[in-house]
This record gives sequence, structure tokens and C-alpha cells, in this order.
Amino acid sequence: MNNNTHSSDVIVIGGGLVGSSVAYGLLRQGLSVTILDGADDTIRPSRGNFGLVWVQGKGFGMADYARWSFGSARQWPALRDELQAQTGIDVELMQPGGLHICLSEEEMAQRVDKLRWLESEVGDPAYRSTVLSREEAAEHLPGLGPEVAGATYSAMDGHCNPLKLLRALYSANIAKGARIHNRMQVDAIRKDGGIFHVSAGERAWQAPRIVIAAGHATQQLSAMVGMFVPVRPNKGQVFITERVQPFLTHPTNYVRQTDEGTVQIGDSMEELGFDDMVRVPVNARIAARAVKCFPVLANARVVRTWAALRVMSPDGFPMYQESDSHPGAFAVTCHSGVTLAAQHVFCIAPWVATGLRPAAIEAFPATRFTPETEVKPYGI
Amino acid sequence: MSNPAIPLNDAPSQLRDLVVIGAGPAGMAAALAAQRRGLDVLLLDEQPQVGGQIYRSITQTDAQRERILGADYVYGKSLAEQVRASGLTHWAGASVWQIDPDKTVHVLRNDRTTRIETKSLVIATGAMERPFPVPGWTLPGVMTAGAGQILLKNAAVVPQVPVVLAGCGPLLYLLAAQYLRAGVEIRAVLDTSAGTDWRLAIRHASSLLAGWGYVRKGLGLLREIKSAGIPFFKDVGGLRIEGEDAVRQVRFTSAGHSQQIDCELVLLHQGVVPNTQVSWSLRAEHHWDDEQLCWLPVLDSWGQTSLPGIYIAGDGAGIGGALVAEMQGALAGIGVANSLGFGTSEDGAQQRAQIAQHLRIRPFLNQQYRPKDEFRIPADEVVVCRCEEVTAGAIREQVQLGCVGPNQTKSFSRCGMGPCQGRQCGLTVTEIIAKEANLPPQEVGYYRIRPPLKSLSLAQLAAGV
Amino acid sequence: MASKALFKYLPGHQAGAAGTVSVLVNGAVVRMSPASSLAAGLLAAGITAVRVSPVGQGARAPYCMMGVCFECMVDVNGRPNQQACLITPEDGMEVTTMQAAPSVLDAQEAKHV
Repeated sequence: MNNNTHSSDVIVIGGGLVGSSVAYGLLRQGLSVTILDGADDTIRPSRGNFGLVWVQGKGFGMADYARWSFGSARQWPALRDELQAQTGIDVELMQPGGLHICLSEEEMAQRVDKLRWLESEVGDPAYRSTVLSREEAAEHLPGLGPEVAGATYSAMDGHCNPLKLLRALYSANIAKGARIHNRMQVDAIRKDGGIFHVSAGERAWQAPRIVIAAGHATQQLSAMVGMFVPVRPNKGQVFITERVQPFLTHPTNYVRQTDEGTVQIGDSMEELGFDDMVRVPVNARIAARAVKCFPVLANARVVRTWAALRVMSPDGFPMYQESDSHPGAFAVTCHSGVTLAAQHVFCIAPWVATGLRPAAIEAFPATRFTPETEVKPYGI
Repeated sequence: MSNPAIPLNDAPSQLRDLVVIGAGPAGMAAALAAQRRGLDVLLLDEQPQVGGQIYRSITQTDAQRERILGADYVYGKSLAEQVRASGLTHWAGASVWQIDPDKTVHVLRNDRTTRIETKSLVIATGAMERPFPVPGWTLPGVMTAGAGQILLKNAAVVPQVPVVLAGCGPLLYLLAAQYLRAGVEIRAVLDTSAGTDWRLAIRHASSLLAGWGYVRKGLGLLREIKSAGIPFFKDVGGLRIEGEDAVRQVRFTSAGHSQQIDCELVLLHQGVVPNTQVSWSLRAEHHWDDEQLCWLPVLDSWGQTSLPGIYIAGDGAGIGGALVAEMQGALAGIGVANSLGFGTSEDGAQQRAQIAQHLRIRPFLNQQYRPKDEFRIPADEVVVCRCEEVTAGAIREQVQLGCVGPNQTKSFSRCGMGPCQGRQCGLTVTEIIAKEANLPPQEVGYYRIRPPLKSLSLAQLAAGV
Repeated sequence: MASKALFKYLPGHQAGAAGTVSVLVNGAVVRMSPASSLAAGLLAAGITAVRVSPVGQGARAPYCMMGVCFECMVDVNGRPNQQACLITPEDGMEVTTMQAAPSVLDAQEAKHV
């Protein structure tokens, strides 16, 4: 491709879960896509994901987010099927229902209040959770510990293999003709006569539309096309054990057993800037909590711990914005790239392709924030 | 069902001047040098006794093993004795599972987790065998030559069946000579060096002369082996180890001719490489060395890494052998002492000169025993990740799709995700990607190494402070 | 139980000599020296394959003897996946070779060494 013609219909900046999902959505609509992805050893939040496809409890304070997550979970099987047909890769979606474990009566009470608020706001009979006693929860969760107070169960919840998802999207995008350029750090975007010029060092690409789904670089890049898209890192520590015999079919908020047989355990939330080093006291708390939930895991061996930096907006909810000053430039960012993958493929991509903003994302413009917006630590 | 008891953690100890990780020659020398200059030192090692691997079990050996292993091994006694006599605080059985950026060391010992705070660190975790991926290398009955030597040193255990030694490098010939002295039947030596190219050797003539002591030793070993009439195959390629659930035979070519040898035990060796797991986990700077074909930590003249207060000494800094390790350890200990204001601000010039002298043989050895491409960058069918059983072909497939980094190939293939966390596959994967993507290994990079450096249970992690 | 041993002790070091300990391996008594590693003791007793890979189900045996390959993992006193080359045999130690990924639900309470 020479630099005088379009590189493709759309340039997607960012090859993580969000960028790859939107790219796939665009490709399946027949558009041509260039994906610009960063270097191998950068922060890469998508590689640190927990893998939940989760609905219950999300959106407290913004029911639209609950609806958005619920909608994604319902469309997820279609995404799984398509990716499997396209690539042969099974991303191991399992939606047996999930449990949110509570370790005190007080926690149970707060949780129940939150869920009731959500159910009443969402107003969809299919959007449901059930409160379970410890004994009832133990029927779903073998080995559940005696110190668990109870749990809330929702049939809407599930999990998948997030790395297989990333790989499947990557492979599907290639199969559909995407041009993927790795190790690119985009440093300039300008618009000239209806065309965006995107450059990374000596390299440059042009397209009438661009999607900025660049994780922690999203804010800086969005500013180049007249958008204020405030994101900051929110640190979550996670770890994973060796393989053990299958024992957990339902994912929980703290512990899930992967399709490989390993047990993934998390998580935490801290605001420490771009520090992604693992801290022992945080892991100790996570481990102690997991052993409280499942004492049978006490002797399971931890093989790897990591810290992922969530791409966090000021209120924790996604931002989907088309630039007013630079129409055709879209910012797409969230910290739940797995759960929302289906929406990004089936709903966000068509919005990018047509510019027709769907009602479902009315609540998520980046313009709900200004530089004066107070930023409270999220989830801490 | 009651909760299993979660072991208590030890209260954090006082702030040390120096923690040395690894009690081989480099670690022992560093600890001694620092202690002699007045520092408060803690020496840690996961083994029950000092010695590292080169002097493994040196404090518990006997005359029979000493005769078999030779004078270079016995030399280690003096170092071990110095450590004992010095009253150095030495924690045996201490497994370091995490080191924080502020140098806090997290240790698992006797089922208890402990946090150690220190002003400086010397990492002396030494070397490990270079991975040797060939078909069948995961079969029971295949071990490294180093493993054979450890069994001899540690347990007075030797092969009971005829053994095939395959690979290249001084350690392989040393082991063969030691086995001969021990009466072990060596079925064959399969030498995978590319062959003695004397034209190349002449280019390193000066290093040959400088390191003549080492060379004479090596030639002496080869004489021992050859005079014992052991079948010695040169220029070995196409090595395959075959068997259902145990080794039954090896097949290979030697100078172009196909060969097959029935055997039940194969010991592999194609050199040793720095064990960089700790240094990568700290995010210290490394560079790829084309001569040694491995990653070397970037060090200043005292052995300090790109992270202030963290030093590396011994084979973990670059392969130099036991004597160099000892000298580098001493240098690092002096460097730490200087940096903390102890001692007499020695300049270390004498130690550096001695180290340089002993390293002069290295270019020759690196050239002479350069592992062949096919054994570092194997064919598609060969498993490169032993833990997750990922083949070279699977990695190449990822590169064909555009992946040019080992962390992405890891995410997409699980290569490097198993219990060994990349120790056995890391070098191979970097080189496969480099060759397939036509990039220098330096640009390809290495795995992101994360704690725990050694796996520990949830209960043990829960007790961490 | 044991296949033919690939390794043996040097003369004067046979298991059973003074200073050895009795370790139970898959229920059978094996004499070992407390001066050497559990992995060495297993190899000398003819136990080469100590586990089955949870990925491909192939038999695996100690490879490096120095703690970097993670092949020599066995169950020791109810705790699975312990590296035998880093463990000192003790009297009464119970070792089980691992035929599959460990089961957490069947886990016995760990007997502290």
C-alpha cells in the first residue's frame, strides 16, 4: 500500500481485546481494517484479564451499564460460535451461572440491597439474581468453606478463556484480511480533507475512520482528535495455580477454575499509577480470602502471580465517543473487555461503520467527563 | 472440615547490609568478602549445604568421590570451610520466591514465609544447562549431564546401565572422564560440536594460549576418554531419542552417516547458560550476547546491575567457571562494602585483572563448542516447552501470524506458562522467533518473569507479609 | 513396583547402610540416605518415572536435579507437586508418584514434616 491511498476503511489503534473485537465487528461487515498494536512487553491489560463474562452486580448507580453487560452476555454464545467457525478455536465460553461469595452477614445484606436496586432499575424479568445460604451455595461450589456467609447466584454469569479469546480474535481478523502491524507506537494523528493520517515513527497510514482502543494510550491519542477521554490505571493482582482435578463448574467473584484445570484467583483494586509489580501483602490477602472460600485449595501451588492495570474511567463505566471536532474518530474504552466483547463486535462496530449511535450506548459518552470532573478511586 | 493450619510467618528481621542469594563459589566469596569488611551479611541457598552446583555436597563427600570428581571439585572444600569458620549467617533450605523493587527478599523456609529487608543484594544463582530440545527429550531416561554429575556428587549415584552422552562442551567430557574413573560403562559419546575447525581456532589463538591451563585440562579429558576406547561419534546431527514411555534407542547422523544405538539412559549437554530468572524478574537490563548465545545482565565493573544496590556475580553474570565466579563474588562483596561506606575503598583492579585473565579462554570455547542451530532452533515437531508440550512449529505458526514477541506467543500458545516458568524454553523461543521473524534476539526480547520464582502453596502465600 | 534401576550407588554407599532412613514410596519402604536428595534416592531405587504430565499424560522423570526443570514433582506427605530434588528424605516420609493432576477435594490434611 502506498501512502497516497487509503490504507483501509478503518484504522484501529490498539490490538487488545477491545480493539480486536471492534476490528472483527468491522471486518465481518465487509470493511477493510488496519490494526496497529503496541510492543510485546508493554502493559497489555488484555493479557492480565480474569476471564469472567459477568453481569450480576454490575452497574450499580448506572442501570444502563447493567443492561449493556446483560446484553453482551446474551450475545456471547453467538460470538463464540462465529469465532469457532472462523478459526477453529474454542474460546471455552461457559455460562453455567456464577456466584458472588460473601464472607459476612453485613456483606450479604449490602449485596442484596445493591442487587435489588439493580433489578428494579433494569426492570427486565430475565435480569435476576438469587440469594443463597451457605449450604445452598455449597451445593453449587464443592469444597466451599465454613466461614462463607452466603452467596448471590445469577444464571446470567459465566466465564471463558480470555487468552484464547484474544487469539481467536487475532486469527479471525487475519483470516478476514485485516492488516495487523505489531510493535507500533502511534505518536501522531491528524485529519486532512476527511482523511485521518496516523503515524508511528516513520510509518504512516490513512483512513476515513479511526478507532482509538489503545488502552492506557487512549487519552493521549484521543486528545489529538479533539476528544477528552480520561483513563487511568487501576491495579488488580491475580494469580493462577497449577492444574488440579476439575472441581468447580461455576465461576465466582474470587475464584474460578479454568478450562485448563488451573485455578485463577483474584483480585484487588489499587490506584498506584503505572506500577504493575506484584506486592506480597496484597497477594497474601487475596490468598487468605481464597482459602477462606475454599479451604481445599490451601495446598494448591501458585505458579504465577501478576498485576494487570485496568483502563479505568472516572466512574468505572465505558466510554464510547465519536469526536465532534473530528467526525469519524471514535474512542472505545472500558475495563471489561471480555464481558463486553460481544457488544463490541455486534453493536459498537456497526456504530463505527455507520456513525449511527445506538440507544444502548447513550449513557456512555466520554463527554460526561470534563477535565474538572472529580476522580474518586474506583472500587477501593 | 476444619481449615488446615496456615503456617505462621516469621516476623520481619532487621535491615541487613547485604543478602547473598546462592551459596556457590560466587555467593560464598561475596558473603565472605563483605563480612570481612564489617557488613552484616545473610547468605541464602535452597540446598541443605553450601557449594552451589559446582561444589555440590562438598561438605559431605568422601575420598572415593573426591578421586572420581577430581581436584577442581575438591578445591571447593576450602571455600566451604572458610564460610563455616567465619560464622556467617547461612540459611539453608531457603527458597527465594519473590524479590521486590526495594530489594525486600521473600523466602520460604521450613514451611514459613519470611521477609528480609536489606540495603544491597548479590544474586549468585549461577548457571543452568542450556535447553537441548530434540525429539524424545522429555522421556524418562533422558537427563542432563549436569544431573549426572549432581547425582554423583550429591548421592554417590552413577549409571547402572550403559549410558550415552550426547552434546558438546567441557562438562560433557569431564563427566565422561569421571564416569570412567567410577567404572561406569559409557556406551558412546555423541559429539554435536560442528567439528574442530582449526582455522577458526587459530583466530582465537591468543585466547587459547592465555587459557592454556584450561585447554590442557580439556585435552587431557579427551585423551582419557579416547584411550578408554569409547565409541566417539563426531559432527552429530539429526539426534532423536526414541521409546514409548522410556528411552530405548537414539538415532543420529555422524559425519553424514546414519547411526542407531540401543540404550536406556541418555545424558544431554550443550553448555551452560546464566540462570537469569531472578534478574529478569527484577526487570534488570539484559542484552543478548551472540557469542554466548544467551542473555547477559548488563553490569558495571563491580557487577552491579541497572538496579542500584543489586549485583550479580558468578555464572549468572556470564559463563566463566568456578574460579571466575569466586573472583567476581569477591569483587561484588567489595563493591557493596565500598558503596555502603565500609572497608578501605579498594578499587578492585587486581580482581578484575585476574578475572580477565581467566576469561580469555572463553571466546575459543564459545566458538569450539557453539551449539548447532538445529539443537537451539529445532524442527517443527520438537517440543520446546516441556511443561505445556508446545512445539517449535506452534511458535513458528504464531510468528507467521505476525507475533514477534515471546509474551504474545506465550499468551497464544501457553508456551512458558508451566511450573518452570520459561526456564527450559525461554532461550529457544526467543531464538525461534528471531529466526522466523528475521529480527535480532535483542529486539525480540524475553518473557516477562513474574513471581513466585518458586511455586508455593496458597496457604504459604496467605501467610506472606 | 520399580522398573529396572538406571542408577546405582557407588560401592560403600548402598541404601540400607548405616545412616539411611526409611521412606514410603507408593506404600513400599525404600531406604535412602538423608545426605542426598529424595530424587536421587528414588532414581537409585529404580523409580525413574515419578509423574505423569497433566498435559499430554506422558511419563516424566527427573531431568536436571537442581530445581529448574520441575519434572521431579511428587506428592510428599499429602502435599502435591513438591520438587524431589530439593527435598531431604526423612524417616517416615510418605511419597506418592503423581499419576494425574492433584485432586483438591480428596486432599488429606497436610501432615507437617
